[in-house]
Formats: sequence, structure tokens, C-alpha cells
Amino acid sequence: MGDGERPEAAKTTYREAMREALRDALRSDDRVFLMGEDVGRYGGCFGVSLGLLEEFGAERVRDTPLSESAFVGAGIGAALAGLRPVVEIMTVNFSLLALDQILNNAATLLHMSGGQLAVPLVIRMTTGAGRQLAAQHSHSLEGWYAHIPGIRVLAPATLEDARHMLAPALADPDPVLIFEHGSLYNVSGELLPASAPLDLDHAAIRRPGTDISLITYGGSLPKTLAAADELAAAGISAEVIDLRTLRPFDARTVAASVARTHRAAVVDEAWRTGSFAAEVSARIAEESFYELDAPVERVCSAEVPMPYARQLEEAALPQTADIVAAAHRAVD
Amino acid sequence: MAEFTMPSLGADMDEGTLLEWLVGPGDLVHRGDPVAVVETAKSTIEVECFETGTMTELLVEPGTTVPVGTPLALIGVPAKKPEPPEGGEKPHTTREPRKARQPEGPGETERAAKRRAAPRTQRKGEPAKPPSPPPEPATVPVPVLTTVRQGVHTEAGPLVRHLAEQRGVDLETLHGSGPGGRVTRTDVEEAVAARPPRLRVTPLARRLAAETGVDLATVKGTGKDSAIRAADVRRAAHGPATEIPSAKIGTPTVRPSGERPSVDRGAAMRQAIAGLMSRANRDIPHYYLSTTVDMAAAMDWLHEHNRRSPVGERLLPAALLLKAAALAARDVPELNGSWTDDHFTAGEGVHLGVAVSLRGGGLVAPALHHADTLALPQLMTALKDLVTRARTGRLRGSEVSDATITVTNLGDQGVEAVFGVIYPPQVALVGFGRVVDRPCAVAGLLGVRPVVTSTLSADHRATDGAVGARYLTAVTRLLQNPEQL
Amino acid sequence: MNINRTDALEMVRESISRVIPDADFAALGPGDAFRDVLEMDSLDFLSFVEVLSERSGVRIEDEDTPRLTTLSGSADFLVARSG
Repeated sequence: MGDGERPEAAKTTYREAMREALRDALRSDDRVFLMGEDVGRYGGCFGVSLGLLEEFGAERVRDTPLSESAFVGAGIGAALAGLRPVVEIMTVNFSLLALDQILNNAATLLHMSGGQLAVPLVIRMTTGAGRQLAAQHSHSLEGWYAHIPGIRVLAPATLEDARHMLAPALADPDPVLIFEHGSLYNVSGELLPASAPLDLDHAAIRRPGTDISLITYGGSLPKTLAAADELAAAGISAEVIDLRTLRPFDARTVAASVARTHRAAVVDEAWRTGSFAAEVSARIAEESFYELDAPVERVCSAEVPMPYARQLEEAALPQTADIVAAAHRAVD
Repeated sequence: MAEFTMPSLGADMDEGTLLEWLVGPGDLVHRGDPVAVVETAKSTIEVECFETGTMTELLVEPGTTVPVGTPLALIGVPAKKPEPPEGGEKPHTTREPRKARQPEGPGETERAAKRRAAPRTQRKGEPAKPPSPPPEPATVPVPVLTTVRQGVHTEAGPLVRHLAEQRGVDLETLHGSGPGGRVTRTDVEEAVAARPPRLRVTPLARRLAAETGVDLATVKGTGKDSAIRAADVRRAAHGPATEIPSAKIGTPTVRPSGERPSVDRGAAMRQAIAGLMSRANRDIPHYYLSTTVDMAAAMDWLHEHNRRSPVGERLLPAALLLKAAALAARDVPELNGSWTDDHFTAGEGVHLGVAVSLRGGGLVAPALHHADTLALPQLMTALKDLVTRARTGRLRGSEVSDATITVTNLGDQGVEAVFGVIYPPQVALVGFGRVVDRPCAVAGLLGVRPVVTSTLSADHRATDGAVGARYLTAVTRLLQNPEQL
Repeated sequence: MNINRTDALEMVRESISRVIPDADFAALGPGDAFRDVLEMDSLDFLSFVEVLSERSGVRIEDEDTPRLTTLSGSADFLVARSG
């Protein structure tokens, strides 16, 4: 059972924060409903919607058949009809079955209808690797989605973002994709009540620094912060930027940071080639070329299908030591 | 064919040193484009050309000092638009029409040059003729900069041409050592070997080096594969005095051949200023007027404007003073122009000279063209740009010679009033001191207001005191309505 | 975002260096009037304020400029204003 919300700073987890966000949304707007595989009776594959069926009933929390294309399509239809669906696709791996719906319908109907049809749809997906789920169930494809015009792509990495990104996402008249890294659900901490509506447009400097800008998002944030700690012990002051939104991404904050540090490393769990890190790196080259004192580093996954064995998976994923090494290459 | 000659960039200039060419043979130039960097005793200036055409031949090597009027380059002024250059596969087809259009004289030798470059099957063993009278050989260890580069290539076999293309060597720039002036394979390979190795420099380091005047060839790189990084450049900039302090006065891109120790430079500038000021004081009968201007309205308006603006758009009091001086010069045109040959010629616009002190000593007064038409934010931006370029030696020729009236503002130095010497051939110099708080009578009561002392030094041959008084009255009036400046 | 004093001092020095590339900090004490020592005129000073404001993210008004006369005073100002 999740913690009840208290007005003062509350100890909570990422999972519980997301649940509170859903609860808030369901309570405050009758048009909002949640649908996906196992979100109702099971309480969600990752436990996010535990208790919500009991609280809000089967009309508002709907279990769907095992067909992503069908229920994402239904979500699009519901949004077109004026509802505010939150569609949960169990993981980004399964979203591939709904890719046509997301790209060719959700993202494109507004344009193709000349502005007549809006799709105010929110899709939540779990993403990432690190739990020995092997080659087909360990993808990080948020970079692919960030490639599509017409949608917004979010990657909450902190408790605060998990709690407060859903509301503006629902308020957005266009489709919003929210990627929750599987390793973050158990992260616990103190959550202060929000003092102002959350702004989705800006990246956050999670740790200021002067020698190198470490740019990351989502599940890689904890490792990047750990790397910054290690680097500080070695005399390198690293600035850590959490992008928060991948599309449109806040290139200005990144450029301002690189203008101060003159070096950059981008940390992204996706495979290196054509990754979102490649986009960030290109933007830095375009906008901050004359500020750079070293090539932009990328710390990404090895280009292999994700292994099943734990040691091999660890070796394939970007780890804190890899981030530290990249920073040293740029600074030393 | 038109000549580009060493211009006279000041009333007292006799000679100048060509520092750098900004264009090369074959480049299209338009009237007003900067084409060369010239150093005079007082400053380093980018000189514009007055013709539109094709830069045909550069006659003077960088580093050479020549008298004013010496031809520096030839510009081809075509009767018709030149055709785009071809790859050189069929040289004759593009050449024939051009031959007909070239005027006689230098054109003659161009035709000879083209004949020389014709395919070997037609002209065997034609001896190489230098395309036109070469510049004084004394300063030319380097091959003669050749003629029109329009798909015409020097005689070179296909193998050599291929090698040159592979190695990135421009055949036009090579002096052929083979029979008939042919470029040989050895020539190409020697050219490659003679090139300075391409430096590996990070973008930031390159920018810093340009800003601080550090010569990258002298910097040791500590980055990957000996790449030069920002820290290396900073170390070189603050390091032992291999860096000549001329970075303060001169340009960051001065060629080694033109570098002189700063002591000489400073002394030369002082001498030049001394000459000009003595002459001005001797020849021009000055009269002086002064008035105190109430700046309360202006300063209030300024503070309000700055409070509402981002830092990058702030105005300085100087901007208001300059604009007022410019507008007043429009109202009193007798003070805006020049005195030459015993008569006054009114300026065709208000080009406000701004006296700028240079680091390490020295003074220039470049012009803000049409200052009376610039809105205050534009004037502020133009002023910042002008001062920066004045201090880094990147002024244009037109800025140095076009001022119709000059303002000197010593407010920063804490002086309240300045009576300066007019810059000939202008007929007036406006002075402003520091804006200070002073007690004054305001509507019969004693108050404290910010005021500035505005002065006028004027040429008595051109105007009388009444005209000068009208000018200062105009300045005073304009500064009471800052929102209309 | 709170700026600590060491960073503030560094920002002030960097901003001065941007405007006066050959500024000699060895000769400049923390309590010296840097405008006079470095011969900065009003345009130089305005550029310095622009660069410093951008670097530190702190908005600097015309009225604040009397506090920006020494390295020490400028650093204190940034710390106070950023908190």
C-alpha cells in the first residue's frame, strides 16, 4: 500500500510518487483514466497503480488485452473523443508493437487534419536495463521517440519529477511520452510539496561544477552523480545536468554550461550509434564549438544485444567508472 | 584596369606599411570592401577599395613601406560580368571572349600569359614570360603572385595535376622549375614539404589565441596527440616576454615582418600626434566656449531605461551626450564640415568623431557615420564596436578620415571640463566632462542636480562666437528631452 | 543558485580578463580599486558588468555599480545577491 499524501515533506519512493500523481489526476479530472496490461487487478507490472482500481473503479482503471497496437489505438481514439487517457505500455520493448499508432497516428493526426484533430494522450512506459531481462526486454528507446516531431518526450529521474510531471503532461494538448527507468522505482527519499507548477521545458543542473559538463537523463542520473563525487575526490569539478525532457531538449542550459566548463560528456544508456547522446553531441558541436577545449565524449551501452548474465550485462551498460574515465579523457 | 594605391588616411600621412592582404588574385571585390591592412604611424587600419572588379595582381608584398599614392594592386574592371571559371578542360573556349574585352596595356601581357598556358600541343616550348612587371625583387623571395585565376592552369602534365589535387596544392601559386616554366612533380612535393604542419588546436584555444594575440606556432600543446588546449594558450599569454606588448596597441594578426617593439610604436605614435596637434594649434585660430548643462532629466531617463533593460542593452551617459552633439551639429551645420583652401565645405552627413584613448598611450578619433540618425541603442552598439576596433587596430579607412566634427569625453578620467585642440581639417571639437552633482538654483530654490560641463573649441576662420553659442544652446536643449534623443 | 565566495571571486576575475585580456592580477590586491589600476573606462566597465552578470546569473543594476569597485567588494556583492 502506498503512503498517504501529507502536506509536509514526506518520505516516499519514485513508485509511490508516480502513484500519487495518478491518483491526483484521476481525482481532479473525470476525463482522466488509466489503461494498460495488468494495471487494474494486478496493480501494475511494477506496482505503480496498486490500489487505484479499488479507489476509482473499473471505468477509470482499465485492464486491457495483450495487444499494444489495439489499446494504444483505443487511447488515441479516446483522446480524439475528448477524454484524457493515460496509457501504460508495460515496457518500451512492447511499444514497438504500437509504433505505427504512436508515430503515424498520435504524433501526426494534428498535422494531417490541418489542426482539426488533437490527440491529448499520455503514454507511460518503463524503460532500460540492469535487471537481467535479456536481449528483448532491456531496450532504451526513448531516443528513438525523441526523433519524432509532434510529441513531447519526458524522462523523470527524480522523485519530484515523478510526482509532478504527470499533471502538465495531461494538460498538454499533444501526445506526451513518459519514460520511467525500471531501476528508479525503488529509489526513496524526501519529497517536499511543490511550491510552483512544474516547468517541463528546462533541464536541471543537479550539481554545479566548473571543469566538465556531464549531461544525462533518467536512469543514468544516479550513476552520473556518483561519478561526479568520484571526480571531485580527484580534483575535477563536474557539473551534472539532468535533461528531464528529451523532446524538445533544453539546448540553452547545456550550451550555457559548456560555455562555463568547456568540456562535455553525454551519458545515455542506449547504444552509442544514433543515440540521443549523438543528438546532444551534435548540438553542442553546433552551438558551442568555439567553447570546446576537448572533443565531446559519449558514454553509452556497448553495441551488443543486452546480455542475460549479470556480469555481462554490467559490462555492456555504462557504469560510473566509464563516466569517470570519459571525464578524465576530456580534462587531463 | 584600375590601380589600388596607398591611400592618404590622415592630413599628415606620407607613407604607410602594407601589413596584410585581405584578398588574393582572382577575388571579386566591390567598392567599399576592405582589401588590405595598412599600418601608419598612428594606427593600423583596414583599407577599403574604391573600385568594383576582380583583383588582378598584388604589386606590393606585405611588410613593405611605400609612400602615399604608390600603386599596391591592379583591379580588373570588366565591361561585362566575367563568366564563371571552368575546370580547365577546354581552356580555349572561355578565353577567347575574354581576350576581346580586355583593354590594351596590361591586358596585352595577360593574353601573353594565356598563350603561354595553352595546351602543349599548340605551343611547344614557348618560353615562360613573367605576366607583368614584377614588384621590386628585393622583398620577393616568394614566387610572383600570378595573374587571373579563372580555370587557367600553368603548364603541368596530368600526373602533376593529379598529385597537386591530391596534396591540396594550388598549382597557380607554384613557380615551375621545369623547362618552359612547367610545374614538375618535385615542385609540388617541395611545396607540400614547405607547408607549415597543420596545428591541432582546440576551438577554444584557437579563439583565446586570437583574442590574446598569441602565435599558435610558438605554443606547446599538452592535449591528445600534442593538441594545443586553452591552458597552453593562457600559459603562453601570461608567460615570459616573448609576447610583445604590442598586443595592447596593434592587431593580433600582425605578421612577424611587421612587428616592432612597443617602445618604437608608442614613440612613433606620440610623434605623429605631436606633429598634428602643433600644426592644428598653429594654423587654426581657436575660440572657446563653455556652458553647464542640467542633466537631471537625462540621468533620470537613463536610470529608468537601464532599470527596464537587460544588462546587454544598457546605455551609458556618453551615448546621450554623443547623440545630442550629433543632433546639434545637424542644427548648426556651419560647425559640421571641413576648412580647406581658405573655405568651408559642409559635411554631407554628421560623421561624429569619437576620441578614443589607446592602451599604452595614444589617441585616435574614428567616426561614427551618420551619428545623428542612429537610435540610442544602435549608437551604443556602434560605439562599443568602434572603440573595440580602435583598440585592436581594426578600424576602416573611412572611419579614420571621414569625421566632420569630433567629441572628446574625458568624464571617465574625472575631469569636469576639457578644452581640446581641433583635428584639422574639421572646424570644431566638442568636449564633455564628468557628470557631477552640483548645487544649483532650481525655480528659485537651492537644490542639487547632476550637471555636465559642455565645451566647444571652434575655428574662428569658419565661425564666430554667435554660431558656437547657438551650438551649445542646442546641445543643452537636446539634453533636456532625453526621450527624444 | 547560491554562489560561494571562491567561485564569486573567480567569476569576477574571469569577467575582468574577458574585457582586459592582459589584466595583471598579481599586481591587483583584493581591496584595490580595479577600475583605476587597470585603467578601465566606462565602456570597459559596462562590458565587465555584462559579462559578470551573464556568468553569475545575477542581475546587476546601475545602482549596484558603486559596490563593484574592488575584487573583494564585487565578490561579496555576488554572494549576497545570489543567495
